Amino acid sequence: MSFIELKDVSYKYPYTKDFALKDVNCSFEKGKFYGIIGENGGGKTTLCNLIRGLIPHFYLGKLTGECKIEGKDIRDWDTAELSSKIGYVFQNPFTQISGIKSTVFEEVAIGLENLGVPKDEMIERVMKVCEQLDIGHLIKNNPNNLSGGQRQRVAFASIIAMDTDTLVIDEPTSQLDPEGTENVFKIIESLKHSNKTIILVEHKIDLIAQFCDEILVMENGSVAFSGPTHEVLTKRELFEHKASIPEVSKFGLAMEDAGKPLSAIPITIEEAYELIKERG
Amino acid sequence: MIEIKNASFKYPNDFVALEKIDLTIKEGEKVAIVGQNGAGKTTCVKMMNGLNKPFEGDVIVDGVNTKDVTIATIARKVGYVFQNPDEQIFNSTARKEIEFMPRYYKLSEEEVRQRVDHAVEICDIGKYLDTNPYEIPYPIRKFVAIAAVIASKPKYIILDEPTAGQDLHGTQVLGRLVDTLTNEGMTVITITHDMEFAINNFDRIIAMAHKNIICDGTARDIFWNEEVIKEAKIKKPAIGELAKRLGLDGRILFCDELVDKL
Ligand SMILES: Nc1ncnc2c1ncn2[C@@H]1O[C@H](COP(=O)(O)OP(=O)(O)O)[C@@H](O)[C@H]1O
Ligand SMILES: Nc1ncnc2c1ncn2[C@@H]1O[C@H](COP(=O)(O)OP(=O)(O)O)[C@@H](O)[C@H]1O
Ligand SMILES: [Mg+2]
Ligand SMILES: [Mg+2]
Repeated sequence: MSFIELKDVSYKYPYTKDFALKDVNCSFEKGKFYGIIGENGGGKTTLCNLIRGLIPHFYLGKLTGECKIEGKDIRDWDTAELSSKIGYVFQNPFTQISGIKSTVFEEVAIGLENLGVPKDEMIERVMKVCEQLDIGHLIKNNPNNLSGGQRQRVAFASIIAMDTDTLVIDEPTSQLDPEGTENVFKIIESLKHSNKTIILVEHKIDLIAQFCDEILVMENGSVAFSGPTHEVLTKRELFEHKASIPEVSKFGLAMEDAGKPLSAIPITIEEAYELIKERG
Repeated sequence: MIEIKNASFKYPNDFVALEKIDLTIKEGEKVAIVGQNGAGKTTCVKMMNGLNKPFEGDVIVDGVNTKDVTIATIARKVGYVFQNPDEQIFNSTARKEIEFMPRYYKLSEEEVRQRVDHAVEICDIGKYLDTNPYEIPYPIRKFVAIAAVIASKPKYIILDEPTAGQDLHGTQVLGRLVDTLTNEGMTVITITHDMEFAINNFDRIIAMAHKNIICDGTARDIFWNEEVIKEAKIKKPAIGELAKRLGLDGRILFCDELVDKL
């Protein structure tokens, strides 16, 4: 049995006429890094809300089908207990910042404080994630005076400080520069190595291709494609399906179209390099 | 023309965010600004519309020093779309938000309608017109903020990270929008972290780092200069990176160039 399992799940937010999730079937194994991609409005955030139990405990509306976490139905989970197992980084960093804390340090510590972590340990954990995320120099600043990218790192830090077994992370790099983005991916990868399960929503396909074990492509409330990253991203249908694919994969397809195909479609720069070298 | 001359800016807490910047943007240009978070990109573009006034040096818009006029006067010429749309949007529907400036300028009903239709079309937000902006998903809310500024018909328009959170479709709409606006005679200045978007849509790219501009040129000038890439903490686009590893010459950045070369 998978760690998280969805069977025929449909969901409609209150007062809306269309279903945000339609007959979704998917599962997530412990210790893997999943990327969720696809068009805006496709249901990515809604899926995260469900896995984290905000649906049905906070968002009412109509939920059908089965969503089980560790074998137990999401409807039967206590939300506080679930929050100590699954950390959730919200999509909009401007809303995740609590607005009630006057320093970045306190903001990052907010979850640990709620969990009742002893003070010394709390300080140590907060300092560690702040260094990791390159916001160590900002700990005394007011969160409301930060640039967009700095805020996003603070929001991310406050969740990883909690050290939950599973992380659901919704577009953590939308405001970040390329280096900050890559850094976030590297941190997520290192979390995977400590056997955490990661579910990441992201548009930056080149990085998804490089880091994720498996991907799900959401479209119009359903899972349009899913499977091991390489398998999914090299499908020509995906490209023709208005989903974004890595630049080097487009290049691979363009080589085919130009009548000089490589022996496979690459998804990372390394692979593309090897394939070109191999051809001579 | 927007001229920034030896301008420095500090925030009320005395933090100096820009030091002695020089920059000239001519009419009709398409300019992208790239660079690390906190480099001062937002601070810099806010000088162009008078929201930020330098404590030394000058910012001159079409011959007028921003120090000598009110923000409202400059905003008529230089429209700025905030990085965070929630700092900008205040009306109860997208339509009211987009109509706001044209009505404030007391334009005729016909003119208001034309401007709204045009802005809505190029931002592709027709189906959200009567929705409360706060119920519109974040990336699309950004298009509402952009449409509102387009409808005010400034001569220069500044987009602050419009690509943040956009999907493929949103990014394509933005690319077309930049072209449409410049074809109509507007000057477009965009801050972005999306390197592919920058090289595909802008003739001139400015890299910022260390409170200043460190490089100003074409996509190739920026992305084939390793020093600039490192200092500005940007990233060479994937095709460029591949060409570099293959040791190819010609400062390749685009897919068709690489296909031709192999
Ligand atoms: N809080 C909400 N109330 C009502 N409808 C919502 C809410 N959040 C999302 N939706 C709708 O659900 C659908 C899926 O949205 P979402 O899960 O946010 O997509 P994505 O994260 O892929 O952009 C969209 O049609 C969206 O408008
Ligand atoms: N209101 C403010 N008060 C004090 N410092 C600020 C304020 N806004 C931004 N800063 C600081 O100024 C620097 C430049 O910020 P900004 O121009 O927003 O950067 P960018 O847009 O390049 O990410 C950052 O170090 C940021 O923390
Ligand atoms: Mg979302
Ligand atoms: Mg900024």
